[in-house]
Amino acid sequence: MRPSLRTTLFLAPATAWLLCMLVLPLVVVVVFSFGERGGAGGYVPAFTFENYANLGARWAAFRNTLTLAPFGTLLCLLIAYPLAYYLAQKASPRWRTLLLILVIVPFWTSILIRSYAWIQILGGNGLPRLIGEFGFGRPRFINTPFAVMVGIVYGYLPLMVFPIYVALEKLDRRLLEASSDLGSPPWRTFLQVTLPLSLAGVATGSMLVFILLMGEFLIPQLLGGGKVFFIGNALVDLFLQSRNWPFGAALAATLVLVMLVTVTLYLRSLRRLSGGRDDVALM
Amino acid sequence: MVNQTTAELRNVTKRFGAITAAQGLNLAIFPGEFLSFLGPSGCGKTTALRMLAGFEQASEGDILIDGEVVNGVPPYQRPVNMVFQQYALFPHMDVARNVAYGLNQRRPRLARADIDAKVAQALDMVRLSGFAGRRIWEMSGGQQQRVALARAIVNEPKILLLDEPMAALDKKLRHDMQIELKSLQRELGITFVLVTHDQEEALSMSDRVCIMHRGRIAQIGTPEELYDQPQSRYVADFIGRSNFLPARALGHDGGQLLAEGPGGLRFVARAGGRAAGDGAVTLSLRPEEVRVAREDAAGEGHEMRVTHRIFLGEHVEYHLRSAALDHLVAVVPRSEDIAGGMPGVGAAVRVAWRDGAALALAED
Repeated sequence: MRPSLRTTLFLAPATAWLLCMLVLPLVVVVVFSFGERGGAGGYVPAFTFENYANLGARWAAFRNTLTLAPFGTLLCLLIAYPLAYYLAQKASPRWRTLLLILVIVPFWTSILIRSYAWIQILGGNGLPRLIGEFGFGRPRFINTPFAVMVGIVYGYLPLMVFPIYVALEKLDRRLLEASSDLGSPPWRTFLQVTLPLSLAGVATGSMLVFILLMGEFLIPQLLGGGKVFFIGNALVDLFLQSRNWPFGAALAATLVLVMLVTVTLYLRSLRRLSGGRDDVALM
Repeated sequence: MVNQTTAELRNVTKRFGAITAAQGLNLAIFPGEFLSFLGPSGCGKTTALRMLAGFEQASEGDILIDGEVVNGVPPYQRPVNMVFQQYALFPHMDVARNVAYGLNQRRPRLARADIDAKVAQALDMVRLSGFAGRRIWEMSGGQQQRVALARAIVNEPKILLLDEPMAALDKKLRHDMQIELKSLQRELGITFVLVTHDQEEALSMSDRVCIMHRGRIAQIGTPEELYDQPQSRYVADFIGRSNFLPARALGHDGGQLLAEGPGGLRFVARAGGRAAGDGAVTLSLRPEEVRVAREDAAGEGHEMRVTHRIFLGEHVEYHLRSAALDHLVAVVPRSEDIAGGMPGVGAAVRVAWRDGAALALAED
C-alpha cells in the first residue's frame, strides 16, 4: 500500500466525523440564520438579515456570557495555578497522586447532581442559615451571579488544574537552579522562568474552560435560577421553547464568531508573553 | 591575615538522610587556578560543587568564598556561577537574553547599554558574535554549551563552576572545547572548578586535580604528581593504568625500598604514600615502564610469554604471562627498536624495568 493511501485511510474516520459532526452542522446553522421562522416555529428558507438585526434583544445573555465566562476563567486560573504549582513542584510524590485523584473525584458524579448539591448548600437552608446563626444576618446566595460563579469554579477547576500541572511538572528544575545561580531570588525566578514556561498549560486550561463556559447553560439555569442568563440558556429557550430556529441559529453563529475572535486574541497575547514559543499557539 | 584563597572547604560533610555524600572535605582553592574534582559517579564530586554553588548546604563544617563563611547563603547571593551539565539554558529566551540574565538580576539595575556591551563581549569571547538573536533550540550542542559558558562568565564570578560540561559533546568536539576552555580561563583569570569523571579531561585542563573516592578526598595534586606519586592504589588505578603486584618490603635504601615480588622477583621501588614501613606492600608498575625484549636479545630480565598483542596505533599493548607473574601489561611505542622486530602472540620475551620504576604503596 502506498504511504499516501495509508495516511488517507487512517485519517478517513476522523475526517468523516469532523465533516458530519462539525462542518455540516455549522453550515446548517449559518444557512438557518438567514432564514425565517415558520408559522408553527422551525425554519422556512429565506434570505434575510433580520435575525442578526434582532440580536440586540438578547443583549443581556451576551453581556452575562461575555463577562461571566472570562471572569470565571480568570477565577479558575487564579485558584488552579497555585494548586497546580503546589502539586507539581512542592508536594511529595507520595501525596501527589492522592491529591491529583482528589482533584478529579468530583468528575465521577454527574454535574447535574453536583449542581443540585450546590443548590442545597447555597439555598436558604444552607450556608445563609448557618451564617445567620452566627448573627451576621442571612445573605442571599442562590440565584445570584455569585452562586453561578461558585458553580462554575467548582465544575471547571480540574480542567484548568491539569494542563497547568502538566506544564509545571515537566519544567526542568535545573532552569530554576540556573536562575538562582545567576542571582535571581525565588519570586523573580517564578516571574521570569516558571510562569513563562508554564503559559502553554495556562493557555490550554483557559481555552478549555473559556470555550466550555461560553456555551454553558446548566449551571446558570440551576444556580442562577433564570436570573443570570447565558447565551446557552438563550439558545435552549429559542430552539426548544419559542422554536425560533433562525434567530437561534443567528445567535449561535454570532457566538462562534465571538469565540473565534476572543480565543485568537488571547492566544496571541500569551504567545507574546512566553517569548514567541510555538507550543503555546498550538492549542 | 592576608586572604589568599578563593574558596575553602573546612571539614565539610554532607549527608542526605542516611547517606553520607561527602565526608570531612578539606580543600583550599586558590585565585586563578583550574581545579578539578575527579571521580566515578557517586563519589561526592557533584555534591562538593553544589555546596560551593549553594544548591546544597553542608551538614557540618564551613565553606568559605573569598574569605567569608557562606554557610546558609543562597545561590543567588553567592559570587559564583555555574555551567550546568545539560546547560540549563532558558528555552523561552534568545541567546542574548540568556546571556544577559545574570546582569539583569543586579540591583541597582545596570544601564541597558552596559548590559548590551557586556553581552556582546561575552558572546565574542565564546565566538558566538553573530548568534545574539538566535533561539536556543536553533543551536547545536557545542554552541549551546558556549552560550552556557557566556551566560556564566559575563557575570565575572569569583569562581566558575563547571558540572561535567563536556558530557553531552562528542569526542572531537570535547577535545576542542577542552583547549578552548583552558585558554578562556587563562584569558579571564577566573578560578575554574570543574567536576568530571573523565580523567583525560581533568588531567589535560587542570592545574590541580582533587580525586574523590566514596565521599572523601583521595588525593589532591598536580596531574604529574598524581600520575607519578599516587598515594594509594585507588589513585594509581584511577589515573592512568598500572600493573599491581603484591610484594614484601625487605628494606630501605634512602628514598628507595627493596621489595620481593611474586616468584622472588626483586624490585627497587620508590616508596609512595604511607608505604614507609616493612611488610606487605603493593607495587604499582606503569605499563610504559615495562621494557620488552626478544628472548634471544642480549641482556637480562624476567622471561614471559605474550598472550595478547593489541595494536593501538602509536603503541602496541602486550599482555604477558609467566609462572611467577599471572598477568603483566606492557605498552611499547612502535618507534622503539626491538631487535628482531615486535614480538607476536606466543613469542617468548624478556621483560625488565629500571630501578625506581615501580612505586611501593601501602595495601589499601
